[in-house]
Amino acid sequence: MTTANEKAIAKYKNDFLREVEANVEDGHWVKMCMQCGVCAGSCPLGPHWEHSPQKIFMMIRAGKREEVLKSDSMWMCTSCYNCIVRCPRKLPITHIMHGLANYAHRLGLAPQGQPTREIAKLFWDNLIKTGRVNELKFSLAMYFKDGFSQGIKNAMAMQSIGLGLMKAKRLNPLELFGGHACKDKSGIQKMIAKAREIEDRRRGLA
Amino acid sequence: MSKKQYAFYPGCSSQAKASADNFLRSIEVVKEKLDIQLNEIPDWNCCGASIGYGEGGELPRLALSARNLALAETNFAGQDMVSVCPACWLASRETAERLSENSSLLAECNEALKEAGLTFKGEVKARHFVEVLIEDIGWEKMKEPVVKPLEGLKFAGYVGCQTNRPFGIAGESFENPKYLDKMIETCGGEAVKYDQKVTCCGGALAFSEPEKAQKQIRDIVESAYDHGADMIVTPCQLCQANVEIYQSEINKKQGTKFNMPVVYYSQLMTVAYGGTAEQAGLDGQLIKAEKLEKIAGK
Repeated sequence: MTTANEKAIAKYKNDFLREVEANVEDGHWVKMCMQCGVCAGSCPLGPHWEHSPQKIFMMIRAGKREEVLKSDSMWMCTSCYNCIVRCPRKLPITHIMHGLANYAHRLGLAPQGQPTREIAKLFWDNLIKTGRVNELKFSLAMYFKDGFSQGIKNAMAMQSIGLGLMKAKRLNPLELFGGHACKDKSGIQKMIAKAREIEDRRRGLA
Repeated sequence: MSKKQYAFYPGCSSQAKASADNFLRSIEVVKEKLDIQLNEIPDWNCCGASIGYGEGGELPRLALSARNLALAETNFAGQDMVSVCPACWLASRETAERLSENSSLLAECNEALKEAGLTFKGEVKARHFVEVLIEDIGWEKMKEPVVKPLEGLKFAGYVGCQTNRPFGIAGESFENPKYLDKMIETCGGEAVKYDQKVTCCGGALAFSEPEKAQKQIRDIVESAYDHGADMIVTPCQLCQANVEIYQSEINKKQGTKFNMPVVYYSQLMTVAYGGTAEQAGLDGQLIKAEKLEKIAGK
Protein backbone atom coordinates (compact mmCIF):
# COMPACT_ATOMS: atom_id res chain seq x y z
CA MET A 1 0.00 0.00 0.00
CA THR A 2 1.30 3.42 -0.87
CA THR A 3 1.35 5.86 2.01
CA ALA A 4 -0.07 9.38 1.80
CA ASN A 5 3.51 10.62 1.88
CA GLU A 6 4.56 8.51 -1.11
CA LYS A 7 1.46 9.59 -3.02
CA ALA A 8 2.27 13.25 -2.36
CA ILE A 9 5.88 12.79 -3.52
CA ALA A 10 4.69 11.09 -6.72
CA LYS A 11 2.09 13.75 -7.38
CA TYR A 12 4.13 16.89 -6.78
CA LYS A 13 7.58 15.53 -7.73
CA ASN A 14 10.04 18.28 -6.87
CA ASP A 15 7.52 21.09 -6.68
CA PHE A 16 7.18 21.39 -2.91
CA LEU A 17 5.80 24.94 -3.14
CA ARG A 18 2.88 23.65 -5.21
CA GLU A 19 2.29 20.88 -2.66
CA VAL A 20 2.24 23.42 0.18
CA GLU A 21 -0.11 25.71 -1.75
CA ALA A 22 -2.50 22.81 -2.33
CA ASN A 23 -2.38 21.03 1.01
CA VAL A 24 -1.34 23.44 3.75
CA GLU A 25 -3.68 25.93 5.43
CA ASP A 26 -3.06 29.36 3.86
CA GLY A 27 -0.13 27.82 1.92
CA HIS A 28 -0.86 29.98 -1.11
CA TRP A 29 0.63 32.91 0.83
CA VAL A 30 4.14 31.42 1.02
CA LYS A 31 5.25 32.93 -2.28
CA MET A 32 4.47 36.42 -0.96
CA CYS A 33 7.27 36.39 1.66
CA MET A 34 9.93 39.01 0.87
CA GLN A 35 12.49 37.63 3.33
CA CYS A 36 12.66 40.67 5.60
CA GLY A 37 13.02 38.59 8.78
CA VAL A 38 10.60 40.56 10.98
CA CYS A 39 8.82 37.30 11.88
CA ALA A 40 12.08 35.72 13.00
CA GLY A 41 12.82 38.68 15.25
CA SER A 42 9.29 38.87 16.66
CA CYS A 43 8.80 35.32 17.88
CA PRO A 44 8.91 34.88 21.67
CA LEU A 45 10.46 31.45 21.16
CA GLY A 46 12.69 32.67 18.32
CA PRO A 47 15.97 31.27 19.69
CA HIS A 48 14.45 27.79 19.85
CA TRP A 49 13.45 27.55 16.20
CA GLU A 50 15.94 25.54 14.18
CA HIS A 51 14.57 27.39 11.14
CA SER A 52 12.65 30.67 11.55
CA PRO A 53 9.43 31.18 9.55
CA GLN A 54 11.43 33.35 7.16
CA LYS A 55 13.81 30.45 6.51
CA ILE A 56 10.97 27.93 6.31
CA PHE A 57 9.37 30.01 3.53
CA MET A 58 12.60 30.08 1.55
CA MET A 59 13.20 26.37 2.15
CA ILE A 60 9.72 25.61 0.78
CA ARG A 61 10.48 27.58 -2.34
CA ALA A 62 13.84 25.79 -2.65
CA GLY A 63 12.06 22.43 -2.53
CA LYS A 64 13.55 21.28 0.78
CA ARG A 65 10.59 19.04 1.53
CA GLU A 66 12.12 16.61 4.04
CA GLU A 67 13.96 19.29 6.01
CA VAL A 68 10.80 21.36 6.39
CA LEU A 69 8.30 18.62 7.21
CA LYS A 70 10.64 16.78 9.58
CA SER A 71 11.65 19.95 11.40
CA ASP A 72 10.39 20.60 14.90
CA SER A 73 10.49 24.36 14.27
CA MET A 74 6.78 24.85 13.56
CA TRP A 75 5.98 23.13 16.85
CA MET A 76 7.62 26.04 18.70
CA CYS A 77 4.67 28.29 17.79
CA THR A 78 2.86 29.53 20.92
CA SER A 79 0.05 31.10 18.83
CA CYS A 80 0.91 34.60 20.04
CA TYR A 81 0.22 36.09 16.57
CA ASN A 82 3.07 38.59 16.85
CA CYS A 83 4.44 37.54 13.44
CA ILE A 84 1.05 38.05 11.79
CA VAL A 85 0.51 41.60 13.00
CA ARG A 86 4.07 42.67 12.21
CA CYS A 87 4.49 41.09 8.76
CA PRO A 88 4.74 43.93 6.24
CA ARG A 89 3.33 41.66 3.54
CA LYS A 90 0.44 40.59 5.79
CA LEU A 91 1.18 36.87 5.53
CA PRO A 92 -0.92 34.83 8.00
CA ILE A 93 2.31 33.30 9.31
CA THR A 94 0.82 31.71 12.45
CA HIS A 95 -1.79 29.89 10.35
CA ILE A 96 0.84 28.70 7.85
CA MET A 97 3.03 27.34 10.68
CA HIS A 98 0.00 25.56 12.19
CA GLY A 99 -0.88 24.24 8.74
CA LEU A 100 2.65 22.94 8.08
CA ALA A 101 2.79 21.29 11.50
CA ASN A 102 -0.58 19.60 10.91
CA TYR A 103 0.37 18.45 7.40
CA ALA A 104 3.69 17.02 8.63
CA HIS A 105 1.87 15.30 11.51
CA ARG A 106 -0.75 13.78 9.25
CA LEU A 107 1.89 12.54 6.77
CA GLY A 108 3.71 10.91 9.67
CA LEU A 109 6.84 13.00 9.10
CA ALA A 110 6.75 15.27 12.16
CA PRO A 111 9.35 14.35 14.78
CA GLN A 112 8.36 11.42 16.98
CA GLY A 113 7.98 12.38 20.62
CA GLN A 114 7.93 16.12 19.89
CA PRO A 115 6.17 17.26 23.09
CA THR A 116 3.86 19.88 21.56
CA ARG A 117 2.87 17.44 18.82
CA GLU A 118 2.00 14.89 21.50
CA ILE A 119 -0.03 17.20 23.71
CA ALA A 120 -1.83 18.65 20.68
CA LYS A 121 -3.08 15.16 19.91
CA LEU A 122 -4.02 14.45 23.53
CA PHE A 123 -5.89 17.75 23.70
CA TRP A 124 -7.87 17.10 20.52
CA ASP A 125 -8.76 13.53 21.52
CA ASN A 126 -9.85 14.83 24.92
CA LEU A 127 -12.18 17.52 23.59
CA ILE A 128 -13.72 15.31 20.91
CA LYS A 129 -14.88 12.75 23.50
CA THR A 130 -17.47 15.02 25.11
CA GLY A 131 -17.32 18.22 23.04
CA ARG A 132 -15.65 20.04 25.91
CA VAL A 133 -12.18 19.91 27.43
CA ASN A 134 -11.86 17.87 30.60
CA GLU A 135 -8.94 19.69 32.23
CA LEU A 136 -8.24 16.98 34.82
CA LYS A 137 -8.15 14.11 32.33
CA PHE A 138 -6.05 16.24 29.96
CA SER A 139 -3.51 16.98 32.72
CA LEU A 140 -3.31 13.32 33.73
CA ALA A 141 -2.94 12.22 30.10
CA MET A 142 -0.02 14.63 29.77
CA TYR A 143 1.69 13.41 32.94
CA PHE A 144 1.32 9.76 31.93
CA LYS A 145 2.22 10.10 28.24
CA ASP A 146 5.72 8.68 28.87
CA GLY A 147 4.61 5.69 30.90
CA PHE A 148 3.31 4.92 34.35
CA SER A 149 6.35 5.51 36.54
CA GLN A 150 7.23 8.79 34.82
CA GLY A 151 3.56 9.73 35.20
CA ILE A 152 3.64 9.19 38.94
CA LYS A 153 6.80 11.32 39.15
CA ASN A 154 5.21 14.11 37.09
CA ALA A 155 2.00 14.01 39.11
CA MET A 156 3.94 14.11 42.39
CA ALA A 157 5.97 17.10 41.18
CA MET A 158 2.75 18.99 40.40
CA GLN A 159 0.92 17.78 43.51
CA SER A 160 1.02 21.03 45.47
CA ILE A 161 -0.24 23.03 42.48
CA GLY A 162 -3.04 20.52 41.93
CA LEU A 163 -4.11 20.67 45.57
CA GLY A 164 -3.93 24.47 45.50
CA LEU A 165 -6.22 24.55 42.47
CA MET A 166 -8.67 22.17 44.13
CA LYS A 167 -8.75 24.36 47.24
CA ALA A 168 -9.39 27.39 45.03
CA LYS A 169 -12.29 25.47 43.41
CA ARG A 170 -10.51 25.54 40.05
CA LEU A 171 -9.99 21.80 39.69
CA ASN A 172 -12.63 19.21 40.39
CA PRO A 173 -11.48 15.65 41.22
CA LEU A 174 -14.93 14.39 40.16
CA GLU A 175 -14.10 15.35 36.56
CA LEU A 176 -12.32 12.01 36.47
CA PHE A 177 -15.70 10.28 36.50
CA GLY A 178 -17.43 12.25 33.79
CA GLY A 179 -17.65 15.97 34.27
CA HIS A 180 -18.79 18.65 31.86
CA ALA A 181 -20.05 17.40 28.51
CA CYS A 182 -22.15 18.42 25.51
CA LYS A 183 -25.53 16.75 25.14
CA ASP A 184 -25.07 16.14 21.43
CA LYS A 185 -21.73 14.33 21.71
CA SER A 186 -22.51 11.99 18.86
CA GLY A 187 -23.57 14.84 16.55
CA ILE A 188 -20.29 16.62 17.27
CA GLN A 189 -18.26 13.48 16.63
CA LYS A 190 -20.07 12.85 13.33
CA MET A 191 -19.56 16.48 12.33
CA ILE A 192 -15.82 16.28 13.03
CA ALA A 193 -15.51 12.97 11.18
CA LYS A 194 -17.25 14.49 8.15
CA ALA A 195 -15.09 17.63 8.23
CA ARG A 196 -11.96 15.50 8.39
CA GLU A 197 -13.19 13.31 5.55
CA ILE A 198 -13.78 16.36 3.31
CA GLU A 199 -10.41 17.88 4.17
CA ASP A 200 -8.53 14.62 3.72
CA ARG A 201 -10.14 14.11 0.33
CA ARG A 202 -9.11 17.61 -0.70
CA ARG A 203 -5.52 17.05 0.52
CA GLY A 204 -5.07 13.55 -0.89
CA LEU A 205 -4.81 12.08 2.62
CA ALA A 206 -7.92 9.91 2.31
CA MET B 1 -33.72 50.36 31.66
CA SER B 2 -33.83 47.30 29.46
CA LYS B 3 -30.78 45.11 29.51
CA LYS B 4 -28.42 44.69 26.58
CA GLN B 5 -28.75 41.12 25.30
CA TYR B 6 -26.03 38.85 23.99
CA ALA B 7 -25.66 35.19 23.01
CA PHE B 8 -23.05 33.98 25.47
CA TYR B 9 -20.21 31.52 24.84
CA PRO B 10 -18.51 30.90 28.21
CA GLY B 11 -15.90 28.37 27.05
CA CYS B 12 -14.41 25.33 28.80
CA SER B 13 -12.14 27.07 31.30
CA SER B 14 -14.98 29.21 32.68
CA GLN B 15 -17.21 26.29 33.62
CA ALA B 16 -17.98 25.55 37.26
CA LYS B 17 -14.85 24.28 39.05
CA ALA B 18 -12.70 24.57 35.91
CA SER B 19 -9.47 26.60 35.86
CA ALA B 20 -11.21 29.98 35.41
CA ASP B 21 -14.21 29.21 37.64
CA ASN B 22 -13.60 32.42 39.55
CA PHE B 23 -13.63 34.51 36.39
CA LEU B 24 -17.19 33.61 35.54
CA ARG B 25 -18.30 34.31 39.10
CA SER B 26 -16.58 37.71 38.95
CA ILE B 27 -18.67 39.05 36.06
CA GLU B 28 -22.03 38.65 37.85
CA VAL B 29 -21.81 42.02 39.63
CA VAL B 30 -20.43 43.69 36.48
CA LYS B 31 -23.37 42.39 34.43
CA GLU B 32 -25.88 43.53 37.01
CA LYS B 33 -24.48 47.04 37.47
CA LEU B 34 -24.09 47.64 33.73
CA ASP B 35 -27.40 46.09 32.63
CA ILE B 36 -25.87 43.34 30.52
CA GLN B 37 -27.66 40.06 29.98
CA LEU B 38 -25.66 37.09 28.73
CA ASN B 39 -27.82 34.27 27.35
CA GLU B 40 -25.81 31.05 27.43
CA ILE B 41 -25.75 29.25 24.09
CA PRO B 42 -27.34 25.83 24.66
CA ASP B 43 -24.94 22.91 24.28
CA TRP B 44 -21.95 25.00 23.13
CA ASN B 45 -18.70 23.10 22.50
CA CYS B 46 -14.95 23.66 22.83
CA CYS B 47 -13.40 26.02 20.22
CA GLY B 48 -10.34 23.79 19.74
CA ALA B 49 -8.13 26.37 21.49
CA SER B 50 -4.76 27.38 20.07
CA ILE B 51 -3.34 23.85 20.13
CA GLY B 52 -6.24 22.21 18.25
CA TYR B 53 -4.52 22.62 14.88
CA GLY B 54 -2.02 19.78 15.51
CA GLU B 55 -4.52 16.97 15.16
CA GLY B 56 -7.61 18.95 14.15
CA GLY B 57 -6.37 20.60 10.95
CA GLU B 58 -8.37 23.38 9.36
CA LEU B 59 -11.90 22.28 8.52
CA PRO B 60 -12.62 20.22 11.67
CA ARG B 61 -11.42 23.18 13.72
CA LEU B 62 -13.58 25.65 11.79
CA ALA B 63 -16.53 23.26 12.15
CA LEU B 64 -16.23 23.34 15.94
CA SER B 65 -16.60 27.12 16.00
CA ALA B 66 -19.21 27.12 13.24
CA ARG B 67 -21.38 24.87 15.41
CA ASN B 68 -21.30 27.43 18.23
CA LEU B 69 -22.03 30.27 15.83
CA ALA B 70 -24.91 28.33 14.27
CA LEU B 71 -26.37 27.59 17.71
CA ALA B 72 -26.13 31.29 18.57
CA GLU B 73 -27.90 32.28 15.33
CA THR B 74 -30.61 29.69 15.86
CA ASN B 75 -31.32 30.35 19.52
CA PHE B 76 -30.68 34.07 19.85
CA ALA B 77 -31.29 35.58 16.41
CA GLY B 78 -30.12 39.16 16.09
CA GLN B 79 -27.81 39.04 19.12
CA ASP B 80 -24.02 39.28 18.91
CA MET B 81 -22.16 36.28 20.26
CA VAL B 82 -19.93 37.18 23.18
CA SER B 83 -16.92 35.25 24.49
CA VAL B 84 -14.98 35.95 27.65
CA CYS B 85 -11.94 33.84 26.75
CA PRO B 86 -9.55 35.22 24.10
CA ALA B 87 -8.97 31.80 22.51
CA CYS B 88 -12.74 31.21 22.20
CA TRP B 89 -13.18 34.69 20.76
CA LEU B 90 -10.29 34.34 18.32
CA ALA B 91 -11.50 30.98 17.01
CA SER B 92 -15.11 32.16 16.69
CA ARG B 93 -14.26 35.45 15.02
CA GLU B 94 -11.73 33.86 12.68
CA THR B 95 -14.32 31.25 11.69
CA ALA B 96 -17.12 33.79 11.20
CA GLU B 97 -14.89 35.99 9.04
CA ARG B 98 -13.31 33.23 6.98
CA LEU B 99 -16.61 31.51 6.26
CA SER B 100 -18.35 34.72 5.28
CA GLU B 101 -15.51 35.56 2.86
CA ASN B 102 -15.11 32.12 1.32
CA SER B 103 -18.24 30.46 -0.07
CA SER B 104 -16.61 27.10 -0.87
CA LEU B 105 -15.25 26.82 2.69
CA LEU B 106 -18.69 27.75 4.01
CA ALA B 107 -20.28 25.04 1.86
CA GLU B 108 -17.79 22.43 3.13
CA CYS B 109 -18.35 23.53 6.70
CA ASN B 110 -22.10 23.33 6.34
CA GLU B 111 -21.80 19.84 4.89
CA ALA B 112 -20.07 18.84 8.13
CA LEU B 113 -22.51 20.81 10.30
CA LYS B 114 -25.41 18.93 8.74
CA GLU B 115 -24.21 15.87 10.65
CA ALA B 116 -25.01 17.79 13.84
CA GLY B 117 -28.33 18.99 12.41
CA LEU B 118 -27.25 22.61 11.96
CA THR B 119 -26.54 25.24 9.30
CA PHE B 120 -24.41 28.35 9.65
CA LYS B 121 -25.83 31.31 7.78
CA GLY B 122 -22.94 33.65 8.46
CA GLU B 123 -24.97 36.37 10.13
CA VAL B 124 -23.72 36.44 13.70
CA LYS B 125 -20.87 38.62 14.86
CA ALA B 126 -18.31 37.14 17.31
CA ARG B 127 -17.22 39.63 19.95
CA HIS B 128 -15.24 39.76 23.18
CA PHE B 129 -16.75 40.85 26.50
CA VAL B 130 -14.14 43.62 26.68
CA GLU B 131 -15.53 45.00 23.40
CA VAL B 132 -19.00 45.00 24.89
CA LEU B 133 -17.76 47.00 27.87
CA ILE B 134 -15.79 49.55 25.84
CA GLU B 135 -17.96 49.89 22.74
CA ASP B 136 -21.52 49.21 23.92
CA ILE B 137 -21.35 50.39 27.54
CA GLY B 138 -18.63 53.04 27.26
CA TRP B 139 -16.12 54.52 29.71
CA GLU B 140 -18.55 56.97 31.35
CA LYS B 141 -21.11 54.29 32.20
CA MET B 142 -18.38 51.92 33.31
CA LYS B 143 -17.26 54.47 35.87
CA GLU B 144 -20.70 55.32 37.29
CA PRO B 145 -21.11 52.28 39.60
CA VAL B 146 -17.68 52.80 41.24
CA VAL B 147 -18.24 53.18 44.99
CA LYS B 148 -14.91 51.88 46.27
CA PRO B 149 -12.17 53.34 44.09
CA LEU B 150 -9.05 51.18 44.27
CA GLU B 151 -6.99 54.05 45.65
CA GLY B 152 -3.33 53.43 46.36
CA LEU B 153 -3.24 50.12 44.49
CA LYS B 154 -0.73 49.69 41.69
CA PHE B 155 -1.49 47.32 38.84
CA ALA B 156 0.59 45.97 35.96
CA GLY B 157 -1.88 45.75 33.07
CA TYR B 158 -0.95 42.54 31.29
CA VAL B 159 -2.90 42.29 28.03
CA GLY B 160 -1.08 39.22 26.69
CA CYS B 161 -1.51 37.87 23.17
CA GLN B 162 -4.88 36.79 21.96
CA THR B 163 -7.05 39.62 23.30
CA ASN B 164 -4.62 41.84 21.41
CA ARG B 165 -3.58 39.91 18.30
CA PRO B 166 -4.44 39.23 15.55
CA PHE B 167 -7.74 41.11 15.96
CA GLY B 168 -7.37 43.24 19.08
CA ILE B 169 -9.73 45.91 20.29
CA ALA B 170 -10.66 48.50 17.63
CA GLY B 171 -8.52 51.62 17.72
CA GLU B 172 -5.79 50.07 19.91
CA SER B 173 -2.20 49.45 18.82
CA PHE B 174 -0.79 45.93 18.88
CA GLU B 175 2.45 47.05 20.52
CA ASN B 176 1.03 49.25 23.26
CA PRO B 177 -2.71 48.85 23.79
CA LYS B 178 -4.08 51.30 26.37
CA TYR B 179 -7.54 50.03 27.24
CA LEU B 180 -6.56 47.79 30.13
CA ASP B 181 -4.69 50.66 31.80
CA LYS B 182 -7.77 52.79 31.27
CA MET B 183 -9.93 50.12 32.90
CA ILE B 184 -7.59 50.08 35.91
CA GLU B 185 -7.84 53.88 36.15
CA THR B 186 -11.63 53.76 35.73
CA CYS B 187 -11.68 51.58 38.85
CA GLY B 188 -9.59 54.17 40.68
CA GLY B 189 -6.31 52.21 40.62
CA GLU B 190 -2.93 53.19 39.27
CA ALA B 191 -1.64 51.55 36.09
CA VAL B 192 2.14 51.33 36.39
CA LYS B 193 4.44 51.50 33.38
CA TYR B 194 4.87 47.91 32.28
CA ASP B 195 7.12 46.79 29.47
CA GLN B 196 5.84 43.19 29.34
CA LYS B 197 2.27 44.25 28.57
CA VAL B 198 1.94 42.19 25.38
CA THR B 199 4.52 39.46 26.03
CA CYS B 200 3.47 35.86 25.40
CA CYS B 201 3.10 33.66 28.53
CA GLY B 202 3.95 30.56 26.50
CA GLY B 203 0.32 29.60 25.95
CA ALA B 204 -0.24 25.87 25.61
CA LEU B 205 3.52 25.34 25.51
CA ALA B 206 3.51 25.86 29.27
CA PHE B 207 2.53 22.16 29.31
CA SER B 208 4.78 20.81 26.57
CA GLU B 209 7.83 23.07 26.86
CA PRO B 210 7.80 24.16 30.52
CA GLU B 211 11.36 25.55 30.54
CA LYS B 212 10.75 27.80 27.56
CA ALA B 213 7.37 29.02 28.80
CA GLN B 214 8.65 29.65 32.32
CA LYS B 215 11.30 31.95 30.90
CA GLN B 216 8.45 34.05 29.45
CA ILE B 217 6.52 33.96 32.73
CA ARG B 218 9.60 34.98 34.68
CA ASP B 219 10.00 38.10 32.48
CA ILE B 220 6.33 38.97 32.94
CA VAL B 221 6.40 38.68 36.74
CA GLU B 222 9.83 40.26 37.18
CA SER B 223 8.85 43.35 35.23
CA ALA B 224 5.73 43.79 37.38
CA TYR B 225 7.99 43.80 40.46
CA ASP B 226 10.47 46.16 38.79
CA HIS B 227 7.73 48.69 38.13
CA GLY B 228 6.36 48.55 41.65
CA ALA B 229 3.09 46.77 40.92
CA ASP B 230 1.05 45.21 43.74
CA MET B 231 -0.50 42.76 41.32
CA ILE B 232 -0.88 41.84 37.66
CA VAL B 233 -4.26 42.30 35.91
CA THR B 234 -5.21 40.44 32.76
CA PRO B 235 -8.20 39.83 30.48
CA CYS B 236 -7.01 36.31 29.55
CA GLN B 237 -7.82 33.01 31.31
CA LEU B 238 -4.71 31.21 30.08
CA CYS B 239 -2.41 34.14 30.91
CA GLN B 240 -3.93 34.24 34.38
CA ALA B 241 -3.44 30.53 34.95
CA ASN B 242 0.08 30.31 33.50
CA VAL B 243 1.45 33.44 35.17
CA GLU B 244 -0.06 32.64 38.57
CA ILE B 245 0.35 28.86 38.76
CA TYR B 246 3.96 28.54 37.64
CA GLN B 247 5.45 31.16 39.96
CA SER B 248 5.98 28.46 42.61
CA GLU B 249 7.72 26.22 40.04
CA ILE B 250 10.04 29.06 39.01
CA ASN B 251 10.78 29.77 42.68
CA LYS B 252 11.65 26.11 43.22
CA LYS B 253 13.91 25.86 40.19
CA GLN B 254 15.48 29.29 40.09
CA GLY B 255 15.47 30.42 43.70
CA THR B 256 13.29 33.47 43.07
CA LYS B 257 10.75 34.58 45.64
CA PHE B 258 7.83 35.40 43.37
CA ASN B 259 4.48 35.88 45.05
CA MET B 260 2.71 38.24 42.65
CA PRO B 261 -1.11 37.98 42.54
CA VAL B 262 -2.64 37.75 39.06
CA VAL B 263 -6.26 38.87 38.80
CA TYR B 264 -8.84 39.60 36.10
CA TYR B 265 -10.10 43.10 35.12
CA SER B 266 -13.58 41.93 36.14
CA GLN B 267 -12.36 41.29 39.69
CA LEU B 268 -11.15 44.89 39.91
CA MET B 269 -14.50 46.12 38.62
CA THR B 270 -16.50 43.97 41.03
CA VAL B 271 -14.53 45.22 44.03
CA ALA B 272 -14.73 48.84 42.83
CA TYR B 273 -18.47 48.41 42.29
CA GLY B 274 -18.86 47.40 45.94
CA GLY B 275 -18.95 43.61 45.53
CA THR B 276 -17.56 41.25 48.16
CA ALA B 277 -14.29 39.35 47.82
CA GLU B 278 -16.30 36.22 47.15
CA GLN B 279 -18.40 37.89 44.47
CA ALA B 280 -15.14 39.00 42.88
CA GLY B 281 -13.94 35.39 42.91
CA LEU B 282 -10.90 36.37 44.97
CA ASP B 283 -11.22 33.07 46.84
CA GLY B 284 -10.08 31.49 43.57
CA GLN B 285 -6.58 32.94 43.67
CA LEU B 286 -3.62 30.63 44.33
CA ILE B 287 -1.63 33.71 45.29
CA LYS B 288 -3.97 35.77 47.42
CA ALA B 289 -4.69 39.32 46.26
CA GLU B 290 -4.73 40.59 49.84
CA LYS B 291 -4.75 44.30 49.05
CA LEU B 292 -7.80 43.88 46.86
CA GLU B 293 -9.51 41.71 49.47
CA LYS B 294 -8.89 44.44 52.04
CA ILE B 295 -10.72 47.04 49.95
CA ALA B 296 -13.56 44.59 49.29
CA GLY B 297 -13.86 44.01 53.05
CA LYS B 298 -14.09 47.69 53.97
